[in-house]
Amino acid sequence: MAGALDTFPRLMLEHARVRPDHPATREKDLGIWQTWTWRQVADEVRALACGLASQGYRRGMHLAIIGDNRPRLYWSMLAAQCLGGIPVPMYQDAAAAEFVYVLNDAEIAFAIVEDQEQVDKVEEARSQVATLERVFFDDPRGLRNYEGVMSFERLQALGREYDRAHPGFFEAEVAKGRTDDVSVMLYTSGTTGKPKGVRQTHGAFVAAARGGAEFDQLVPGDSVLSYLPMAWVGDHLFSLAQWVYAGFTINCPESGDTVMIDLREIGPTYYFAPPRIFENLLTQVMIRMEDASRLKRWIFRTFMAVARRCGAEKLDGKPIAAGDRALYAIGNLLVYGPLRNVLGMSRIRVAYTAGAAIGPDLFRFYRSIGVNLKQLYGSTETCAYCCLQPDGGVKLDTVGLPAPGVEVKIGDNGEVLVRGAMLLKEYYKRPDATAEAIDAEGYFHTGDAGYFDADGHLKIIDRAKDVGALAGGAMFAPNYLENKLKFFPHVKEAVAFGHGRDMVCAFINIDIGSVGNWAERRGLAYSGYADLAGKPEVRALIRECVEKVNAELGADPALHDSQVHRFLVLHKELDPDDDELTRTRKVRRGFVAEKYAVLIDALYGGKSVQHIVTQVKFEDGRSGTVAADLAIIDARTFGPDAARKAA
Amino acid sequence: MQAQRGVGEVILRLEGISLAFGGVKALSDVSFDVLEHEIRAIIGPNGAGKSSMLNVINGVYHPQQGTITFRGEKRQQMVPHEAARQGIARTFQNIALFKGMSVLDNIMTGRNLRMRATILEQAIRLGRAGREELEHRAKVEEIIDFLQIQHIRKTPVGRLPYGLQKRVELARALAAEPDLLLLDEPMAGMNVEEKQDMCRFVLDVNEQYGTTIVLIEHDMGVVMDISDRVVVLDYGRKIGDGTPDEVRANQAVIDAYLGVAH
Repeated sequence: MAGALDTFPRLMLEHARVRPDHPATREKDLGIWQTWTWRQVADEVRALACGLASQGYRRGMHLAIIGDNRPRLYWSMLAAQCLGGIPVPMYQDAAAAEFVYVLNDAEIAFAIVEDQEQVDKVEEARSQVATLERVFFDDPRGLRNYEGVMSFERLQALGREYDRAHPGFFEAEVAKGRTDDVSVMLYTSGTTGKPKGVRQTHGAFVAAARGGAEFDQLVPGDSVLSYLPMAWVGDHLFSLAQWVYAGFTINCPESGDTVMIDLREIGPTYYFAPPRIFENLLTQVMIRMEDASRLKRWIFRTFMAVARRCGAEKLDGKPIAAGDRALYAIGNLLVYGPLRNVLGMSRIRVAYTAGAAIGPDLFRFYRSIGVNLKQLYGSTETCAYCCLQPDGGVKLDTVGLPAPGVEVKIGDNGEVLVRGAMLLKEYYKRPDATAEAIDAEGYFHTGDAGYFDADGHLKIIDRAKDVGALAGGAMFAPNYLENKLKFFPHVKEAVAFGHGRDMVCAFINIDIGSVGNWAERRGLAYSGYADLAGKPEVRALIRECVEKVNAELGADPALHDSQVHRFLVLHKELDPDDDELTRTRKVRRGFVAEKYAVLIDALYGGKSVQHIVTQVKFEDGRSGTVAADLAIIDARTFGPDAARKAA
Repeated sequence: MQAQRGVGEVILRLEGISLAFGGVKALSDVSFDVLEHEIRAIIGPNGAGKSSMLNVINGVYHPQQGTITFRGEKRQQMVPHEAARQGIARTFQNIALFKGMSVLDNIMTGRNLRMRATILEQAIRLGRAGREELEHRAKVEEIIDFLQIQHIRKTPVGRLPYGLQKRVELARALAAEPDLLLLDEPMAGMNVEEKQDMCRFVLDVNEQYGTTIVLIEHDMGVVMDISDRVVVLDYGRKIGDGTPDEVRANQAVIDAYLGVAH
């Protein structure tokens, strides 16, 4: 094969040459796992690429890819790349109206979609998308009477004819590919403003894939389950870039509903999931344990206590007591092994989570039963790749060390800046946004605020725009504090104040389910939310939580000043109906501060109790008022001395 | 397997069917026909004789008068196993599945008529039994894929919600690869979303396999949306027959459904 192994098509052909019979793609179809080897994948991609060429697809054109994780859609991305085209995977669950923006922005002429549902949506969008010419589909079900669309089989058949008529065409096209060609365009989610097309080169994704593969020693024998949206940068890195770089096997689930079953059958060695999936899995296990027999429950509880004590340390390779080692071995036989098997995690070498803060108990649970769960940090603009936690160096509240080939530094405003081969080339048609994001020295501004801890691990604390400063000049990161508080099951919401003030104070919302349960077990009678929130026992309970957070913060020199000095437990739940939360349940800090100004004055004014009357909207639309006398509680803080001792 | 949608010849003709249980006349002198590949609905108020009609077609009840012509063969009555062998499959108003068996096994029972191996061969999995099972399993998997129930393949039917059980029942009926599929209130007791799913599946079955479908349904909206032609029964008598639009405009039908001012 001509040319260096610096583009994905050339890497794919290299695998077809070196390990032709190694499984590259699997998909469960009609109840049976079907396998395609690297040679077969290369043949499929070749037929597809030639098919696209025969229909007029040319270098530099975009190719929309819409659907669930199907082998043919992954192959379609490679086929476009073979011709020097740029795949544009799109979120398959978006409505037709949302398609219109991206289809127009990317000037899509060719689209390969999964099934009737997606064909319908694209056809619906067609009247508003002048550039759209051709639509191809994978699953023919229900599409027999559609006109103007073509099946995948037909496209490949045309491709094979074209290939015969134009010998050498495919090879020449692949050889033309250059490493600084754009390999994919991924759209940002657009939570702030319109989505932007992030253009990544072959070089960037190859660098990111190589770095990750070397960091975790990925080999062709590895296996991943490809089930996250194809339009998301994480899936593109794990299921395409690293797949074609390392030559391992990707497995496509039978359907969205069968992912957990398929996970168990495949037993991947390399796994990625956002925190909520790990949380769901754990909840399922816990519910089933509740129904188990008394003996089994006892065994589970006993050995989970052992795992909590020493499991995570064992995984980190730290020395543990001989007694614990023996107990852990028995527990592994009776509990952890079977549990890993039920979770589909028996073979996992490396599992990553990212995207949101993961709770300490959750994180520790998986690590303690021997699942090597780690965190990473990155964004669409950095190929999902910036910092990774090394084996044996996993910390709960950091995102790890800068990845191989990535430079990370902290800007003057506390913002995390990164530079490296994996950076985006540009935002599509948005030179203004590109110039804003990448500075003169080539650093990408992530928009996240963070710092390095004593071991050189990066700690992300907040979005940079939310970070403020205390009157004394120390950094104040409200989201970080609030998340720490919310990890306690008793705390539903927290709102921290401190920007421009001399200390940090907070409002706490109790979780009525969790605290109510706690009160019942103690025989503590209460009549409703406000009553429960006002109980001195509950205040003491929340105070414990706050002080635990303070103890942790006190030990951290950078966040030492962010300890919560005074707080109060709110008499009503913050509610989107009262405009205190957004519909996605994020605190509207400014609004809350204004509405409860009298409480903030009381917190900072040294009062010990404050009367408040609050307007509320009931679910039936009526409104009324709630009045309460709220006690203000002083929490113990931990001085630098105590912190030093603790550290 | 792949048939073209497009209504064809008469596949089933019922002429002058009368059915009585003692003094109770369930059906009196009902005649209608079903064309190949069409979706034919039977509607009517409670006790109109809809399920009785289905049971006559299927051979569970034997009418005292009238003739049934299926595929050109005229007879006074059907026998259920005979009906099944000739390509008539059905689902029931009250789900009739094996609750303790998995979805897969339940659907496999739908293949029973097509199994050729003897009991002995099947018991010891000798000769053609094993090969046959593979073929049948492949067919069953195709249906599982078609009705999108892969995620419950191994789940005992008794643990499934009602809407899914209905879908499994449809799957079992399809496993017999019927030419004529009788559905007794396929959407009864379902929520709106389940109903929409079921509608889509009924239409897909009809389009993909070209199966002729006779269905009984209470939900008028559903019937009018998916049927090609509708028969209306009231007190055992046929009071209307035609396309959904014709039936909707039929005064006798309106009276039966809305009541008449006396």
